[in-house]
Amino acid sequence: MTIGGHFTYFITIFLMIAGLFIVIARGNLIKKLVGLGIFQTSVYLLYLAPAKLVGGTAPILSPAFTIYSNPLPHVLILTAIVVGVATLALGLALVVRIREGYDTIEEDEILALDAARDREAQAS
Amino acid sequence: MTLSAHLPALQVVVPLVAAPLTVLLRGGRLPYLVALTSSWIALVIAVLLWRQVDSGGTLSYAMGSWPPPWGIEYRVDRLTAFLLVLVSAIAALVLPYSRASIEREVPRPQHYLFYTMFVLCLAGLLGISITGDAFNIFVFLEVSSLSTYVLIALGRDRRALMAAYQYLIMGTIGATFIVIGIGLLYLMTGTLNLADMGQRLAEVQGTRPVLAALAFLTVGISLKLALFPLHQWLPDAYTHAPSAVSSFLAATATKVAVYVLIRFYFSVFGASQVFAHLPMQEMMLLLALAGMFAASTIAIFQSDLKRLFAYSSVAQIGYIILGLSFNSINGLTATIVHLFNHGVTKGAIFMLLGAVAMVMGGSTLARIQGLGKRMPLVSIGIVICGLSLIGVPGTAGFISKWYLLLAAIEQGQWWLVFLILLSSLLAVIYVWRFVEAAYFREPRQDIDATAAVPWSMGVPAALLVAATVYFGLDTSFTIGSASQAAAALQGGLR
Repeated sequence: MTIGGHFTYFITIFLMIAGLFIVIARGNLIKKLVGLGIFQTSVYLLYLAPAKLVGGTAPILSPAFTIYSNPLPHVLILTAIVVGVATLALGLALVVRIREGYDTIEEDEILALDAARDREAQAS
Repeated sequence: MTLSAHLPALQVVVPLVAAPLTVLLRGGRLPYLVALTSSWIALVIAVLLWRQVDSGGTLSYAMGSWPPPWGIEYRVDRLTAFLLVLVSAIAALVLPYSRASIEREVPRPQHYLFYTMFVLCLAGLLGISITGDAFNIFVFLEVSSLSTYVLIALGRDRRALMAAYQYLIMGTIGATFIVIGIGLLYLMTGTLNLADMGQRLAEVQGTRPVLAALAFLTVGISLKLALFPLHQWLPDAYTHAPSAVSSFLAATATKVAVYVLIRFYFSVFGASQVFAHLPMQEMMLLLALAGMFAASTIAIFQSDLKRLFAYSSVAQIGYIILGLSFNSINGLTATIVHLFNHGVTKGAIFMLLGAVAMVMGGSTLARIQGLGKRMPLVSIGIVICGLSLIGVPGTAGFISKWYLLLAAIEQGQWWLVFLILLSSLLAVIYVWRFVEAAYFREPRQDIDATAAVPWSMGVPAALLVAATVYFGLDTSFTIGSASQAAAALQGGLR
């Protein structure tokens, strides 16, 4: 196999690591969710790329075609996309509520606010 | 076909249908009644399934009559049936408890949504346990996880929001790792049915994608079950969630994740293969020990009881994984029976803490001083459950520790016996911190604690405390089911 033959895998792994890195390295809650989205999307590619055969068609029985692409991964990923959308929506909703509660969406500022409140509680 | 043939499907469908019903019914008592009824029906179904499996062996149910391995299969074996009983029994007890509990903790207009999320979470957890399809596990995992994030975010404090967000990030990373693992296995075997996958893996065992799948699945599931050091989300989530939610999650969510790990290790990869190609056994042993000691030590220094017992949960997960790492029948029996015993114990503790927080206005050690005089019954309950966490004879915790010790002795690892006993001493210290505050300090006069605990909260908590003692004395149900399930798993059969 040449590097070209593994092209989709390289892209998949690149997106996977890029997404995970953003989740870990960024302190902004929205940017974290963006990273999470990229990370999840890379997995869609991991499923879909091997399912497609060059010259393959949809699996509809016909004497004209002999090579079929596997439709199952597409169906699975359709489900995974729905899950991804739901996760993103819920995550963003939480960020809205966090902004209402803390007036910021930077993780380090939120942690500092929590720590300050802890100190107050200890002092009283 | 009669109705009883469709029990495996109904197990999941009943709570799943109840969820949208509670949304449609909105105000008043009806959402509560629907949720309560569905959880009780789920419990009855779980018990019926357990009896069927106990007498007739493994059940297989073809969803939509598509035969496995093409269609989605629901498969009930002894381990599944045992877990179904645990999850649905805890749900059936937490729901009546939650009515009075969320009255104080969740704004009234959101009550019906609490019940929606609760039954959805129940449906997800039951689905994970019962399905025999790898991708189905992921879908149900997300159903239960997404509803869990919402339930945690319902907590009163704004920190609950942050806890839910952190859990969402960690949980989604975990779930995505699991999908990657399942995807790699699917690429190598061309099947998603767990039993079929297990058979086909024999041909490709030891290849790199399969080992990568093992690694991805291990990390992903470990995040979900809060194995040390991937437990960061758990203490915050349990501390800030509404009491009823803490109680339900502590008793079921991590336990179901452990079940998924057992399923993949022993039914899919096959015990010999998991431990032959990669040093999984040593790694799991090490992480389990690290969790037992580190988390127990952190627990000792906590000032909030909810957080203290949350760290104790991480330590107890250590025991559960330790049993798994022995790769022996006694070790697995210890794992499975501790799933149940710890679930019952922790469920009871968090219910009681919810009652304490309601009356005393908080659950910090400084606030609950003199609890022994203010709320004698609740304090005794917490002490009994604490004894079970330590593993004192006569409580459920003793039974699981006993089997864990047996498994260690059987392999001649005396240093492990010593370490297990040593970590129990750490549990003595953190339970003692509660006893000291509750019984050896005078009640604080500035806190008004005249409110009574409503019976709808007291009775479920008392039942779970009673179960903690009962399963320490009569082990025919727990050990009987667990040892047979362990033997079946070790034999490579499902």
